[in-house]
Amino acid sequence: MSSNGKLTIDGLEIEIRGEKNLLELIRRAGINLPTFCYHSELSVYGACRLCLVETDKMGLVAACSTPPQEGMIVKTNTLRTRRLRKMVIELLLANHERECTTCSRSGRCKLQLLAQQLGVKEVRFGKRDKKLPLDLTSPAIVKDPNKCILCGDCVRMCKEVQGLGIWDFAHRGSKTVVTTAFNKELSDVACVNCGQCVSVCPTGALTVKSEIDKVWNAIHNPDQTVVVQIAPAVRVALGEEFGLGAEDVTGKIVAGLKLIGVDRVFDTLFAADMTTIEESNEFLERLAKNENLPIFTSCCPGWIKYCEQFHAELLPNVSSCRSPQQMFGSVVKKYYAKKLDKRPEEMFVVSIMPCVAKKFEAQRPEFTTEGAPDVDAVLTTVEIARMFKEASIDFTALANKAFDNPLGVGSGAALIFGASGGVMESVVRYVAGLTGGDEVGRIDFLPVRGMEGIKTASVEVNGRALQLAVVNGLGNTEKLISMIKSGEATFDAVEVMSCPGGCVGGGGQPDINDTVARTRRAGEIYEMDRVQQLHKPQDNYFVGKAFEEWFGGVNNQETHHAIHTTYVPRRRINGKPFIVNDSRSQPLRVSVCLGTGCYLRGAYDVIKEFNDLAENQGIAGQLELNGTFCLEKCDNGVSVNINDEIITGVSPENAGEVFKNKISPLVGKTSTKL
Amino acid sequence: MDRKFERLQEIIESHGGRVSHLIAILQEVQEEYRYLPEEVLTYIATAMNISPATVYGVATFYTQFSLIPKGKYVIRVCDGTACHVRGAEPIHFALREDLALPKGDSTTPDMQFTVETVSCLGACGLAPVVVINGDEVHGQTTPESILGAVKKIVSREQLKENKNSSETGCCQNA
Repeated sequence: MSSNGKLTIDGLEIEIRGEKNLLELIRRAGINLPTFCYHSELSVYGACRLCLVETDKMGLVAACSTPPQEGMIVKTNTLRTRRLRKMVIELLLANHERECTTCSRSGRCKLQLLAQQLGVKEVRFGKRDKKLPLDLTSPAIVKDPNKCILCGDCVRMCKEVQGLGIWDFAHRGSKTVVTTAFNKELSDVACVNCGQCVSVCPTGALTVKSEIDKVWNAIHNPDQTVVVQIAPAVRVALGEEFGLGAEDVTGKIVAGLKLIGVDRVFDTLFAADMTTIEESNEFLERLAKNENLPIFTSCCPGWIKYCEQFHAELLPNVSSCRSPQQMFGSVVKKYYAKKLDKRPEEMFVVSIMPCVAKKFEAQRPEFTTEGAPDVDAVLTTVEIARMFKEASIDFTALANKAFDNPLGVGSGAALIFGASGGVMESVVRYVAGLTGGDEVGRIDFLPVRGMEGIKTASVEVNGRALQLAVVNGLGNTEKLISMIKSGEATFDAVEVMSCPGGCVGGGGQPDINDTVARTRRAGEIYEMDRVQQLHKPQDNYFVGKAFEEWFGGVNNQETHHAIHTTYVPRRRINGKPFIVNDSRSQPLRVSVCLGTGCYLRGAYDVIKEFNDLAENQGIAGQLELNGTFCLEKCDNGVSVNINDEIITGVSPENAGEVFKNKISPLVGKTSTKL
Repeated sequence: MDRKFERLQEIIESHGGRVSHLIAILQEVQEEYRYLPEEVLTYIATAMNISPATVYGVATFYTQFSLIPKGKYVIRVCDGTACHVRGAEPIHFALREDLALPKGDSTTPDMQFTVETVSCLGACGLAPVVVINGDEVHGQTTPESILGAVKKIVSREQLKENKNSSETGCCQNA
């Protein structure tokens, strides 16, 4: 490989500028070779064979996995490459459910687009005879294996960027599928619903679970007051669905929503300002007490589920503040409804979010008021665009309208929640305003901005230098957490966003959702913030009034009831117990947790100890010993379930003691009973 | 008392939990369990700190791995081209009929025998070939000769059972 020199592409002489593969170079030369499996942010897979080109020395090669060489003569558009590309598409279509008109991806499907672009006019092969079942178990993501073309984009996105590896290839040859561990339902595995797999899926194999119909029904139901909130990252991305690019379309969204019959259009920014104020006060309180530091932000539901599943020991560090979406829902159902003289269930709260995981968050049982969910439906940016299209609204021609009051006002500090680093900057602005008084002007905290995966910064508050970290993408989050755990780095506050670039790159955003698109959206957000008069959360008069009127202040018992929450350790995978000894159906059942947290604390040694003791005492036959995957008590040592009583804090050191006190006596008891 | 669980941990540790050793680990674990139970694969993923989907992917990719329990005796009938033309099919059917395998199942309900076909064992000169438990090779078989071999196994097993009727947990994979 040479990183410089020149080569020839379709007769044009092109300079090599350090490109790793021919494809990048060809695209720079203005030839937009089609691909399914190539994403510049993921590893090169070379499976789809659409980027085949002819070279003088190597013959036919896939451009994505061929390094450029000086003097190479490349032809992208020959009889052979055109024929092969068409054939590739035709073969992919042969294995693809071709009910395009009713597919939710129709019009945005890459396979459909390329088939048309490359002039595939017929598919000479029959259709697949067996229809595979859809996975509808997740509240956020739908998997339709009949539409999967096995490009592996979702597999690599989940593994390489998010570090989760929910999807992988299983089986082989014509039986190959992309699926979860043991082909389990998506709701039974550790998926955090970030939706990044959806945003890279070129077809309708992975789609967002639509709640459009639910929202239409509420709009057309005269007994329900439909209240909408719009997240910051939506307003800079929705325009892309209508050919407007990443520009601020807030006024048009509000106008469109009113046109389709929404009763009140409010702004999530209002709740985001509340979040900053509550979270900052919580942070300052923890700093004063020097406990549960670093504080982790809690706005991102993907991160929350991730933390519950993978780092339960950090849950006390996560801010107890609800996310802006849930603060907004709670405030509407608990307080605003009263203003309108309505019951919580008469209010229908719709969130418009860049996020897929918000659908999961809205369905968490802790977020309800008098039995009614605080947020009734969550629509992604793409879904609301679809609703406007369904209503035949000429979006680009809409005249701007303003949000309703009082929940429609937000500061610039809330606006920037939409980009990675925004929550942290918002906290910095609030704290600076709080400690510096009214004279503090605009605080732009630049070190936390940008698309970099892990950003760190330092600020001085009351003479103490606070170390801050901002991370986006769960793979980066895992890296940062291991740095914190190993003591390699110490922080006082950490902002986590699951999606690359923060919410602007959320799984519910329009295609194309790559770094370029994210950077543009984030840029627009900061541009909007620049001209925003309300700069800090405390500049938001309506939020201040709401805190006084509804809660009688900030960070008190009232706010803790209405806009804070709690977290629970959560198992990653549902499955059968692990049989350690074969004495089935004995009166005494002992299960030792084998989840990662417990495994790392020596669960294996505990099982071994129990097994040895049972054998030595000759009671092995009266004991059913199992391993189980996660008893959801991850914060405190190895957990053991003895006849449905869960004992935590077991360790290899005290296993003998536990056996003597908790297990042996029960064996005696049950056997005398028999 | 069953010590498989301890053996499982030993196997993982003997490979230093290295992801590049996953196939070897799965092979050794399958030797212990005769198949790869789901919870065992989840445990391997946990112990090796990799995604269970990855372990599942590897375990389903190779035909040498089975995620459903197999019999004590695994009979592989070669159905490669040479064996096929020399009569592998009648041998396969005869075995299935003799062992009364339910339709769609390849293992007897008593978990003694599993009958499966294999694409080529590389012993085409001996076609048709049948291999029992990987090392007992029967060449130029006929339905009669292979049923004779099965009969021998059955009577050997019965003898063993009568002798050691008290011993339990026998699971040696020959």
